[in-house]
Parts: sequence; C-alpha cells; structure tokens
Amino acid sequence: MTRFKPSNIMDESSKKTLSSIPLLKTKAGPRDKDLWPKRLKEEYVSLIEYVKNNKAADNDWFRLESNKEGTKWFGSCWYFYNQLKYEFQIEFDIPITFPTTSPELALPELDGKTAKMYRGGKICLSDHFKPLWARNVPKFGIAHAMALGLGPWLAVEIPSLVDSGIIKYQEKSES
Amino acid sequence: MTTTRTKIEQMSAEVVDSNPYSRLMALKRMGIVENYEDIRKYTVAIVGVGGVGSVTAEMLTRCGIGKLILFDYDKVELANMNRLFFQPDQCGLSKVEAARITLQNINPDVVIEVHNFNITLVDNFDVFLNRIKEGSLTNGPVDLVLSCVDNFEARMTINMACNQLSQTWFESGVSENAVSGHIQLIIPGESACFACAPPLIVASSIDEKTLKKDGVCAASLPTTMGVVAGFLVQNTLKKLLKFGEVSWYLGYSALTDFFPKMKLKPNPTCDDSYCIQRQREFNAKPKEDISAPEQAKVKEVVHEDNEWGISLVDESVDTEESRTHVQLTEGVTLAYSLPAATSIVEDVPSGEVDESEQSLEDLARQLKSM
Repeated sequence: MTRFKPSNIMDESSKKTLSSIPLLKTKAGPRDKDLWPKRLKEEYVSLIEYVKNNKAADNDWFRLESNKEGTKWFGSCWYFYNQLKYEFQIEFDIPITFPTTSPELALPELDGKTAKMYRGGKICLSDHFKPLWARNVPKFGIAHAMALGLGPWLAVEIPSLVDSGIIKYQEKSES
Repeated sequence: MTTTRTKIEQMSAEVVDSNPYSRLMALKRMGIVENYEDIRKYTVAIVGVGGVGSVTAEMLTRCGIGKLILFDYDKVELANMNRLFFQPDQCGLSKVEAARITLQNINPDVVIEVHNFNITLVDNFDVFLNRIKEGSLTNGPVDLVLSCVDNFEARMTINMACNQLSQTWFESGVSENAVSGHIQLIIPGESACFACAPPLIVASSIDEKTLKKDGVCAASLPTTMGVVAGFLVQNTLKKLLKFGEVSWYLGYSALTDFFPKMKLKPNPTCDDSYCIQRQREFNAKPKEDISAPEQAKVKEVVHEDNEWGISLVDESVDTEESRTHVQLTEGVTLAYSLPAATSIVEDVPSGEVDESEQSLEDLARQLKSM
C-alpha cells in the first residue's frame, strides 16, 4: 500500500495551477448510466478551460480526446528541456470506481525506461496526489489529474531521462 | 523421471506415502478441524496473482480447495523473480496462465478458472461481477474473494463489487517499502468496507523523512509477501472450515515483529451507497442470528496429567469498545485524513464548472480541435 503524508498536501504553486481549472460537480462514473453524460460534459468543459488558460499563459503542454463513451482517453503531452521539445503519447482509461479513484495516466513509450513507472507505462504519482484527490472527490477531474499528476512528473522525469541519455531528442515533422 | 499424479475422487485419511491428503486429513484426527474434506466444496476467487496472490493460490491448491478463480492482467517478468512461485522459464506468459499450469500439475483435483484482464476497466467489470456471483462449483456465489492486488484502484473495484453483491472478502497488502503488511476480513454491512476509511498503515518505525522514494516506486521481499500470504490463507481456512478464531484486521510490522489486531466498524456515512444499504440490512437483523467469525467453537484441551502446571493464557485484547468507526489500535494509522462529508473543500481556490449549453458531441469536438 502506498504511504502518504497527512499534511502539507498543497503547496503554493499547485494552488496557483489549480485556480485555473474549474471544479466539477457531478459524482458519477461510467457505470451511472443517467449521470455519466453530465459528468462527462463537465470533464470536457473543465479540460477546455484548462487548455485555454494554458495557451493564454504560454504554457500549452497537452492535448486530449476521448472515445464516444468517454471511457478511453488518448492524446499527447510535451515538455521543453534545453529549448528542445520532447513529446509523448498519453493514454488512460476511466476506471469503474471513478471519480472516487483518479484515472491512472500512462505514457506507454516510456514503459521500462524509468523506475518511476508501473507496468504499462503508468506514471508513479507523488505521495501527495492520492490524499489530495481523495479529499476532493468529486470536485477533481481529468484536468486536475493532468495538472497535479502528470505535470509535476514530467518536470522531474524528463530532464533526468534526457540527462542520462535514456531518451533522445527526435526531430518531428510539423504536421 | 517425472511423476504426475492422477485425480483423486475422495479425500482419504489413509497414511501412506502416495496419499497427498494424509497430513491434511490428520487435522481431523487431532481434533483441529472437524470436516476437513469440506474444503473440496469451496470456491475462492483470487484477484491479483503476484507476490501474495500466487503463493496464496499455491497454498490453497496444496490444501485441496475445490475451485480457484484467478484474475490478473500482467505477464511474468524477470523482475518478479525476487518473489516466490513463478519460474524464470515462465517469463512472457500471462501470470494466470503460468499459474494454471503449475497449480494444475501440483494438484489436478482443483478446478482452476483464469481471467487475463484488468478488473478496473468498464469493459471487464461485468464479467468480474458475474464470476463472483456465479463462479462457484454449483454456479452460485464464490465462498470468498481474496484481494491480492497492489494498488488502491483495484482494491476499490473489489470493494465496490463485493458491497454490491454482499460478498465476504479478505483484503491483503504489503507496503511499498516491503516491511509491513496486513490482512483484513470485510463482511459488507457488518465490518468497515475498504471505502469506509482512508487506507490503513501499519507503523513501520521508519522516520518518514529518511524514507527515500527517489527513483523507485516499490520495493518487495519474498519474506513479507510470504508472511502475508500465510496469514491470508490461514484465516481463509479458518473461515471456510470453521475452526479457531478469524482475525478482522491483522497487521504485520517486519522491522519490529509487531502484529496489531482490531475490528473496524462500518462508517455510517460511507461514500459507497451499497455499503450503506448492507449496513441497514445488517442492523435490521436480529443480533443472535449473526455468525460472528470469533464464535467458532474451541474445544478446551484437557491433559490428563499436568505435572508442570502449564496453562494457556488468553492474550487477546478487546479492541471493540470504541464508538467511532475510525478507532484504531496502537501501531495502525490512517494514510491520510478526509474532510467531513458536509465540509467545503478548503484546499482548492477555483470556481466550479459552468453548466454548458453545448452538446456532448460539440464539446468533444471542441476539445479535440484545440
């Protein structure tokens, strides 16, 4: 079982990040046939708002889309290090226990390249993430998982993976 | 030369070298278990066939359990070889398939059903529910579900299923630093469910500040996992065959060899609506009908001559005097605290989403085209 620290789970920079993401209202998962579309709508609105705010702050760092049911999500995220852009595929499923438990974000291309990952490329979250999520059910959604889970993970892992030569910069053709 | 054993129709107590059940049936002669051969009627579902689950499956197979249903979506890897059960030549096989082969070879009398999928996914959950509900040897509910998973999401999924089906189960776990573990009996409505309180932590006497987590997610030891699997199967046998005393919560701190024990009452404000429903049913039951696991009959052992005056002292401590559901025994703490259900979020400074006039499809399209 994961070990958590009970206090100081929110620092100032997380607070600032979070202030740009609207909170969700509907406690419903994919099993709740009637309420799930309402929750899914809130997820979309919250994500659209977050991406808009990121763009406005010149801090655009991911794109996401989902299947029709809103249960499978995919897209890409990127991180700038030494003026170079490193981009990765992202994918995750909405678990049956959502939103009580957060989605497990995965970067399959990095599977096996870092110890800070579980099987299938699922990122290993900080001790702070799960308590913070649990304290904010059902107000946190996918955008919060991105901002508080994947964002800080990339900021720590990508520089370390690049510096150790495990990932190399690849010229991407502009599409 | 390889020996393979054929199926055995009836468990025999005959003490001969060729009888794989002779030492188990001896438990009857010694008065420990009244009805050992009943084990062949029981079905146990094991969710997670890793360091704890695979050993659990092997123990139950050797004990002659009637049927095992195994769930896991992972493959065997060399990185698993610090744990028990799997062999290097099984790398690349799914854990459930590799387990089936080994277990069937050890004891062909056990019926083994395997499912190679992730139970937390929407597409698999209904099959998972159905196998708990109809997976027994008589197509009824399984007798016990054993959670041997390594993550919170899967535990919450099992909890959700078992609350809905009113299915008794054992939760088990080993900490990510590999030096503590626990098992927990959950009877929906009667005891706390896994969602009734934040996860419990057995004090490991390590200063959190000195615990280094940089660069790794999880450590593991075959010892801690073996101890937890042993506790899990011991209590499974006691529960199924009705002997001894079944523990509600039993913790293990490896660094100090400390074993906290307690019972947790259900949380009347639990987040899981099925848990609340089960609590209502339990509270409506006349109390004498409730089969407390502790009520198992323990025959008093009387020795005819006791010239040394040896007697057994009951060392168990009643930990049930508390009124609140999160009354924990010494050495066990909550992983984190939760705000009361009525309180507002104090952590987050932002506003709520606006009701959108747009359709789901329009929003999906808008997000995609950003």
